[in-house]
Amino acid sequence: MTEYVIRFLAGGAIVSAFAMLGDLLRPKSFAGLFGAAPSVALATLGIAVYQHGAAYAALQTRAMIAGAIALAIYSVVVCQILARARLRALPATLLSLVVWLIVAFGVLMLAGGQT
Amino acid sequence: MTPIRLAPSSLKEGRWYEYLIRFALGGAATVFAGLVSSRYGASIGGLFLALPAIFCASATLIEKHEIRRKREAGLAGERRGQMAAAVDSAGAALGALGMLAFAMVFSLTAETSIAAAFIGASLAWLVISMVAWYVRRKTRSVRRGRTKQKGSGSALV
Repeated sequence: MTEYVIRFLAGGAIVSAFAMLGDLLRPKSFAGLFGAAPSVALATLGIAVYQHGAAYAALQTRAMIAGAIALAIYSVVVCQILARARLRALPATLLSLVVWLIVAFGVLMLAGGQT
Repeated sequence: MTPIRLAPSSLKEGRWYEYLIRFALGGAATVFAGLVSSRYGASIGGLFLALPAIFCASATLIEKHEIRRKREAGLAGERRGQMAAAVDSAGAALGALGMLAFAMVFSLTAETSIAAAFIGASLAWLVISMVAWYVRRKTRSVRRGRTKQKGSGSALV
């Protein structure tokens, strides 16, 4: 239980810090870089190294490569939906999560589950 | 080319509960990644380190702030809000390249030195994201310049 409380607090704090930095910066396209900051990864990997060791964290980041490829495609899809289909931000970002899931698991499967 | 700058006034646009939502979402995404890792293993769990859970909240807030600003000026602002969120998504696509670099550097260096892995991966994220943003910006301004030149050329003919 304590582990998940620590995870929640660390994740919340790191994500908020990156989000606030993104709010502070202009132009908006540059601030957008912070929308894809590895904030969840930084919090999770710190705990993973402490609990399971470096090899486990390295395995997680190998799979994260597939997640990052999916994130790039997801962001492009969201951008196109907002600009062309004129959908609002919340439905556009939520619907596009299907794209993220398909690409992420697809790349992971193609790489034999190890990336 | 627009220079990178700090806009502290933009923090005033946010409401306290918006920051709370982001904190809660960030915490929940981290807990979720941990739960998936312990249930399905490091490989599947690792995928969720790049889950765009926070991005949904960020894009929605950007759209909301832009709409609010335009409404205060007596305009509708919906379209402007969507475009502001779209620009943010384009930036996130470039940031994802940085995240890719982060994951690659960390996976290659973690077993040698953990401190070097964290520092090297974070630097890789920052450098690759900024270079990708700069290259995109330059390419767009060159393309825009060529279009303008073509336009004025045909006008002269």
